[in-house]
Order: sequence, then structure tokens, then C-alpha cells
Amino acid sequence: MDIIVCVKHVPETAEAELKIDASGKTIEKTGLVFDINEWDDYALEEAVRIKEKFSGTVTAITVGPEDSDSTLRKCLARGADKAIRLTDLKFTNSDAYATAKILYSIIKNLHFDLILTGAQAGDDGSAVVGPVLAGLLGVPHATMVKKIEFGEGKAVVNRELEGGLEERLEVKLPAVFTVQTGINEPRYVSIMGIRKAMQKEIRVMGLADIGLNESEVGEAGSWLKIEKLYVPPVEKQAEFLQGSPDEIATKIIEILKSRGLV
Amino acid sequence: MAEIFVLAEHRQGQLRDITFEMLTKARELAEKTNADLTAVLLGKNVREHAKNLVEYAKRVLLVEDDKLEHFNSDAYQKVLSHIFKERKPILTVIGHTSYGVELAPRLAAALNVPLATDCIDLAFEGDALTVTRQMYGGKVNVKAVLRKAEGYMVTVRQAAFQVQKPPTPSNGEIEEIPSPLTEEITTKRFLQYVLPPPGGVDITAAEVLVGIGRGIKDQSNIPIVEELAKSIGGVLACSRPIVDKGWLPSDRQVGISGKTVKPKLYIALGISGAFQHVLGMKNSDLIIAVNKDPKAPIFSFSDYGIVEDLFKIVPPLRNKINELKAQKT
Repeated sequence: MDIIVCVKHVPETAEAELKIDASGKTIEKTGLVFDINEWDDYALEEAVRIKEKFSGTVTAITVGPEDSDSTLRKCLARGADKAIRLTDLKFTNSDAYATAKILYSIIKNLHFDLILTGAQAGDDGSAVVGPVLAGLLGVPHATMVKKIEFGEGKAVVNRELEGGLEERLEVKLPAVFTVQTGINEPRYVSIMGIRKAMQKEIRVMGLADIGLNESEVGEAGSWLKIEKLYVPPVEKQAEFLQGSPDEIATKIIEILKSRGLV
Repeated sequence: MAEIFVLAEHRQGQLRDITFEMLTKARELAEKTNADLTAVLLGKNVREHAKNLVEYAKRVLLVEDDKLEHFNSDAYQKVLSHIFKERKPILTVIGHTSYGVELAPRLAAALNVPLATDCIDLAFEGDALTVTRQMYGGKVNVKAVLRKAEGYMVTVRQAAFQVQKPPTPSNGEIEEIPSPLTEEITTKRFLQYVLPPPGGVDITAAEVLVGIGRGIKDQSNIPIVEELAKSIGGVLACSRPIVDKGWLPSDRQVGISGKTVKPKLYIALGISGAFQHVLGMKNSDLIIAVNKDPKAPIFSFSDYGIVEDLFKIVPPLRNKINELKAQKT
């Protein structure tokens, strides 16, 4: 089975303190650690597991600047066979829709039985690329997938609904599935694996190579234009407890006592 | 007359809350833009829902078909494309739910209508549509404008808008549209619902919950917080990453894809406070949060906040609770 995995190189922000930069349109990236988007990490792992079971190839593709190579290297180290980076200054400020068009313009020329990507990206949280890509390719899709099984020319997937409920769907192949976190347990990469991956080639392509028009990418080809970023207004500001850990613990006890909770 | 569409979301015989949240916000926009508010309802035997929706909307477009018994984005796309070509709504509002995420992006691309997803607010400025959404797990808000077009589409976040009934029921009309589906959809078929496995612990019944998130760092640290939960007479709960990693079973998960809880006390340890989690616990009576990041969104939903490493706070807190219990006995 030939599988394409679309990945994104994003800053890890779950535990970082973020600052909005001087332009007001993005965050300050210095000091942030970049890695493969968490959802894509699960998609990649799923692709490699499917390959190990049914044989075939895994190709990792990303749209992004040269820095994204570290994410592609990680994919190669984890079991991807090939990696493609789509890079062009004209791609700057592409939203999820423009990104899907860029991915489509290369993927339409490749053979695939399955395309996997994350259900969303940890930075913009759009959840748009997968289903739009499927639409452009004219193949079925399923989003927020928690389980994939294969039959003859089809797959049976579990999609996550709300409140712990899931739905089971039968989908014809080839198809695009967007993967929800928790579908598997991504493996660790050995130092050996990373070293080996350093020797593999990353194919780099730009706007001209993929036959897209300037007006189809970047801000011109996007649905959304960012006007400004700002810190979310506070609904209810917590009262901050100060002091040494021991003093703070005492304060918590007092609060719990006053509420009859201890 | 210009129209604003709201796609009614329903499952297993129930209209979902998001439907009324969308109708509330869309009514405000319809009044401002002088447009008609139209609810669009697709399904099998859903006329009862239509009667409910006319209280909120000027009209309900009803498409009934056996092939629409279960949500299927391919079937929905065919039906909605058919309706769109006729009526050209200036705005279509869909829930940023599991169904909306499956449907809206591909539909918007096919119709060549600009889409903004997961919006927490939206407004027309002239004929431009501006939206508010979030990035980086809710740490940053973004104001963005959609590319100019004759019609726009948005998906909106659950619980972003509070439901308000119209001062007087709209007494809208139900307009039936014959289903354009001529054959079965074979690309994608619904098979069945899969219920969550019966859990050993019911966190919704607990009076005290100790919720853990990414800040717990490693599975080997779980006994530390479990001891705190025990001494305080509470139960361990968690945010999504902990279940994804397999460190706690899914019946402990609080949030949109887990349980909604309302304990007397919720202690959030190392939880940043992404809305998916917050929606499940923000109505707890008392919330105390510990997080290293002073700007973590969890603090804007908490009564008390502690900016510190949770591993520095948990041991003295547990000791003091144990001392207190020892004094009482």
C-alpha cells in the first residue's frame, strides 16, 4: 500500500509562554522548540504501521521553509521512505486552503492508496487541509479518525464524535483520512535511525515545479487573512496565591477549610 | 431577500445544543444585515425538529430522505450544493463539531465559498466578514477577515454563544425541498455508532476531582498525584493528552470528547486549559489551578491560581491534608 502523509512543522506551545511579535500578526518564534505537529505525528505512525503490515511505501510531504527538514528527517527516521518539501517565498501567508491546493498540485502526480494527515494543526487549529485535499483529488475522506481497518478496496474507520461516542464508516479507497490523537502510540526514534535518515534525500520543489499560479497561493490564494493577534480577554481572573510552596499549600488548606472541603 | 443559513445539527433523534447557539448568533447578524434567518434541516423523519426550529428562524428548509437517516458528509454536500445554487446565502453557519469538520471544508471548496473554521465570534463590516478564532490551543486570539465574496461560510465553536430564545417566537414557515439524492451514496457509508467502553470510575459523580494534564510529564509521576487525590477524598481525572498516551483510561477524560463534570472542587494540575478541556469543567464550584505558565488559559477559568511547578506544590499540600486528618482522628 502506497501512503502519503502530510505533515507540518510547528512550534511546541502547550507549555511555553507566548509573545505576540511587533507586527501583531504572528507570535515571536525565537526560543520556541519546533517539531512535527502532534496530530501529524500520529498520522505518520499509523502510516508506518500500515506499511509494516501490508508492505508498500510511505512518503512524507510538507509545505514550509527549510527548517521543516527536521520534521521530515524525523519522518524518515521513523520509517518514511521518501520526503518532499514544498518551499517558495510565494507560499508565505498561505492559509489551510492554499496549503491544500499546494499539496494537491504535487500529490495529483503521485500514486497513492491512502493519504493520512493530522485532524488539525496545533498552531492554527483549522482542521481544513485533509478534507479540502480530498475534494480536489476527488477521493472520499473521513476526519477525526480513531481506528482504521482494511477490506477489499475499502477501509472501515471509527470517527470520534462528542462525549466519547464514535461512528463506524465504510469508505472506498483511495481516500484521505485525518487522524485524531491517541489512535496509536508513536514510537521513539533511535539515534541510529536519525543518523540513517540524515543520508536520505529530501526532494525540494517550488511554485514553478508544481505548476501553480502565484494567485492560487499565499495571501492571494487564501480564504483567510490575519488582521491581528491579541491575548484573549479574561473571563474570570484567578486570584493568584503567592509564597513558598509550603506557604501556598497552607493557603490552599485554608481555602478548602473555609469551604468545608477538608 | 438575502438569507443567512444555519445548518441544524442533530443526532439520534435529538437536535444538538450547537444548533440553537448558532441560531442565536445568526439572528443577531440577520437583524444587522437585514437578511432572513433560515435553518436548514436534513434527515429522515425530522419534521418534529423543524417545528422546534421555526421558533428561532424565519423559515426552515426541510429535506427529508431515507438516505439522510444518518449524517453523511457526501450526502449532505450533494443536498446543500443543490440548495446553495438556488438560494445563494450570504452566510452559512455550521457547527465546528465532528459533523461540521467532516462537511464544511470540502463543501466550501467545492462551492468556491471562503470558509473560516472554529470561530468564537463573527461580524459583518460592510460586505466583509471578520471572524475571531484562536491559535496555539487558546493562548492567542486572532482577528481575521475572509476573502471578499458574495457568500461566506463559517464553522463555530461549541458553547461560544449563549442560547437566547427570540423575544417572540419567529413562527417561521417550513418549506419542504424535494431531495435531490437520486441514488445511494457509495463512497462513504455509515455502519453504526460505537459507544464508549463501560468505565470503572464515574468521574461525573465525584465531589472532588484532581485533574492532570501534560505538566505531569511522565506516567511514573501519576502515583504522586493519585496520592493527593486519595488524601483529599477525590478521584483522578485528566485532559486529553493523558488518555492519548494511555496513562489513564478514557473514562477519566474531562472535556468535549470526554465527560462534563461539576464537582465541588476541581484541582487542575499542569493543565493549560484548551477550550476542549475547559468546556468540560468550567462549571465546577471551586477551581484551583497549578501551572508553570502564568498566561495559561486555565487561569482565566479558575478561582485560585498558582504559578509554580506542580511537583513543588503537590507534596506539601498532600502532607498538610494528611496532618489535618491525623489531628481530627
